Amino acid sequence: MKTGAKILVESLQREGVKTIFGYPGGVVLPIYDELYDSSLQHILVRHEQAAAHAADGYARASGHVGVCLATSGPGACNLVTGIATAYMDSVPIVALTGQVPTNLLGNDAFQESDITGITMPVTKHNYLVKDTADLGRIVKEAFYIAGTGRPGPVLIDIPKDVSTKVINEPPVPEKVILRGYNPTYHGHKRQIEKALQTIADAERPVIYAGGGVIISNASAELVDFATQLGIPITTTLMGIGCIPCDHPLNMGMLGMHGTEYANFAITECDCLFSIGVRFDDRVTGKTDTFAAHAKIIHIDIDPAEIGKNKHVDVPIVGDVKSVLRDMLSMLKKNGLKEAWLKKVRHWKQHHPLKCPSDGGLHPQYIIRQMSELLNGDAIIVSEVGQNQMWTAQHFCFRHPRTWITSGGLGTMGYGFPAAMGAHFARPDLPVFDVAGDGSIQMNIQEMGTVAHYKIPVKIAILNNMFLGMVRQWQELFYDRRYSFTELPPVEFVKIANAYGIEGVKVECSEDVLPALRTALDCDGPFVMDFRIEREENVFPMVPAGAAINEMIGGHPR
Amino acid sequence: MKPHTLSILVENKAGVLSRVTGLFSRRGFNIESLAVGPCEEPDMSRITIVVIGDDEKIEQVMKQLNKLIDVIKVSDLTNSERVERELALIKVTAELGTSRAEIMQIASIFRASIVDVGAKSLILQVIGDTDKIDALEKLLRQYGIKEFVRTGTIGILRGSKTVSSLK
Ligand SMILES: Cc1cc2nc3c(=O)[nH]c(=O)nc-3n(C[C@H](O)[C@H](O)[C@H](O)COP(=O)(O)OP(=O)(O)OC[C@H]3O[C@@H](n4cnc5c(N)ncnc54)[C@H](O)[C@@H]3O)c2cc1C
Ligand SMILES: Cc1ncc(C[n+]2csc(CCOP(=O)(O)OP(=O)(O)O)c2C)c(N)n1
Repeated sequence: MKTGAKILVESLQREGVKTIFGYPGGVVLPIYDELYDSSLQHILVRHEQAAAHAADGYARASGHVGVCLATSGPGACNLVTGIATAYMDSVPIVALTGQVPTNLLGNDAFQESDITGITMPVTKHNYLVKDTADLGRIVKEAFYIAGTGRPGPVLIDIPKDVSTKVINEPPVPEKVILRGYNPTYHGHKRQIEKALQTIADAERPVIYAGGGVIISNASAELVDFATQLGIPITTTLMGIGCIPCDHPLNMGMLGMHGTEYANFAITECDCLFSIGVRFDDRVTGKTDTFAAHAKIIHIDIDPAEIGKNKHVDVPIVGDVKSVLRDMLSMLKKNGLKEAWLKKVRHWKQHHPLKCPSDGGLHPQYIIRQMSELLNGDAIIVSEVGQNQMWTAQHFCFRHPRTWITSGGLGTMGYGFPAAMGAHFARPDLPVFDVAGDGSIQMNIQEMGTVAHYKIPVKIAILNNMFLGMVRQWQELFYDRRYSFTELPPVEFVKIANAYGIEGVKVECSEDVLPALRTALDCDGPFVMDFRIEREENVFPMVPAGAAINEMIGGHPR
Repeated sequence: MKPHTLSILVENKAGVLSRVTGLFSRRGFNIESLAVGPCEEPDMSRITIVVIGDDEKIEQVMKQLNKLIDVIKVSDLTNSERVERELALIKVTAELGTSRAEIMQIASIFRASIVDVGAKSLILQVIGDTDKIDALEKLLRQYGIKEFVRTGTIGILRGSKTVSSLK
């Protein structure tokens, strides 16, 4: 005989969960009581939003399902931004929420909110458990749904009486069988042949690789394929890390703040091999002119992504790794497209990303110093805004799952808690959160958590005393009318100190490297407050709605 | 842009209808009509939804519906030979005298049955496709429609083919 709470904890352990991030409250008391002497590690965050982001950071860094736990009502609602963030970026998390007892459901009881209703549009699936006997099966289903196919968040809402009820636990089915859920992993043979032929026929092929490559753990296959055929690769923000930054075929990121050469190559290519991407508007700019001369091949595990924003000539529904392996096994030797590669090399040479060097403290320089110091052997998380784009552009990533950022929802405040989660996935690697002074203040309370558990997250605040990315748009498109984007200075080191965390304020470029070294050498968390050039912009940039080769802030063509 | 009749086979579970309809509203579709009920499988239900949109949008909505875990199968009946029916109950003002006789005549032309006779009104029950019911409503309007209640469309394929066998 077991309580629901015990069944829950044991079910989590059966799924291999070691760490969960949560915050207690009334209706989850039975679950917390069970956690008290369980071997599951529970990290007490300081705000439920951080629990969801931490679970998400854990999942992205490890590839395994992350777990967070909150009480009903306000606790559950505080998870929503984190769940939506995970949903947009296809991240597998299981969110557990307490709920009022079943006999009070629908009564506007104390701290009741319809969290399954609220999260319906931002979860892959969700459950309201009405009977303790279903709990074991539901947990198993939830992990299966979250982690397979196109991953995503699953929420399980657990009324208090379901946790307290004592039952004879029914056996949990060996295998999850869901009639309405059967993801396709293997690509259609004929489509794969067609794709290979299309690539062979092309003069100017480009690979456009995204988050799906990382999710599928297919970076090695991708690089192998591209190298064998000599096809240049550009990655989305979410695909960064699937090919080493300094690989000769890598053209860096494409899109709004992509490299000029990636955007030129997309515009001129005659074959666009799209792998685990979703043709986001930050990538395509004006869709009609995006790869307008290309035959488009698209591998995606989610059929709904194929042809959603752009007509696709050769659709392949399947898992990137499986499809690329099939393609590699069917590959025929054909000559490299030398003329095309030469052209791409020429663009790369003449249109590099700019890094100002006028003596001021520039964010690009800070990121490049960080990159050199860490040499790819670190997990870099970012907040949202200019800090995120500078990191994506200037940090040299060498491995998949070492770049963690909120792309689809663009959630300020994501980075710091996600970095905490990433640490638990990869305690062997240093974890840095690159932040803006705006974003860091959205979940700054988590300094309490990292201090409490000595989680060695290093926070690098690119402090411009502005909501920089918004200010940039105001500068460029609103006549420098800086409406509500200026932030008064904050002494972040003092805040850190108050939590018992060390930190340093950096005001000139000579002090950058020493500060980074100190951060890296220190055992615990560390805060760097970099006072950067206040009105630095992220360039190049495709203005909203323009074609992606119409970039501003680049080099003359 | 034309009406599409989608037949959606779902798990018979709490909340499924709101998952399905929520998806339509989120993606900017107006549901023209909706019918839900049990079907040939005991633990499944069938939802029939008529929605107007261009083919690409409809394809996207079908793909999104298919992603719902509780949705087992989605079929678009629009391009197949099928039978579609709605049922309507119409309460018409019918004073004794000529109008009452006329209404009963119209009813018989439409094969509608009179299911209730009051001192000042009649209730007609009619079954047919959308056009037929629209036509009847239009004709009856001159007499005064006090109340008009109508089900959503349901549809089934002609011949031995079944919805489940559609691609
Ligand atoms: C301030 C800001 C600026 C931005 N600027 C840019 C920019 O300049 N350039 C840019 O690229 N992005 C930019 N973004 C990010 C952008 O909004 C999108 O999040 C991003 O482009 C989406 O990346 P993706 O296409 O790789 O798709 P993801 O969101 O990573 O989706 C992954 C895709 O792969 C599929 N998939 C998942 N698993 C598998 C599998 N196993 N096999 C096959 N397929 C799979 C999924 O179905 C999905 O279609 C910016 C975001 C912010 C906040
Ligand atoms: C939660 C949230 N609110 C608002 C926004 C809109 N937004 C995008 S970037 C940005 C400014 C970010 O400022 P900061 O964190 O200081 O970073 P910077 O751009 O200066 O590097 C804002 C407000 C957002 N992405 N997320």
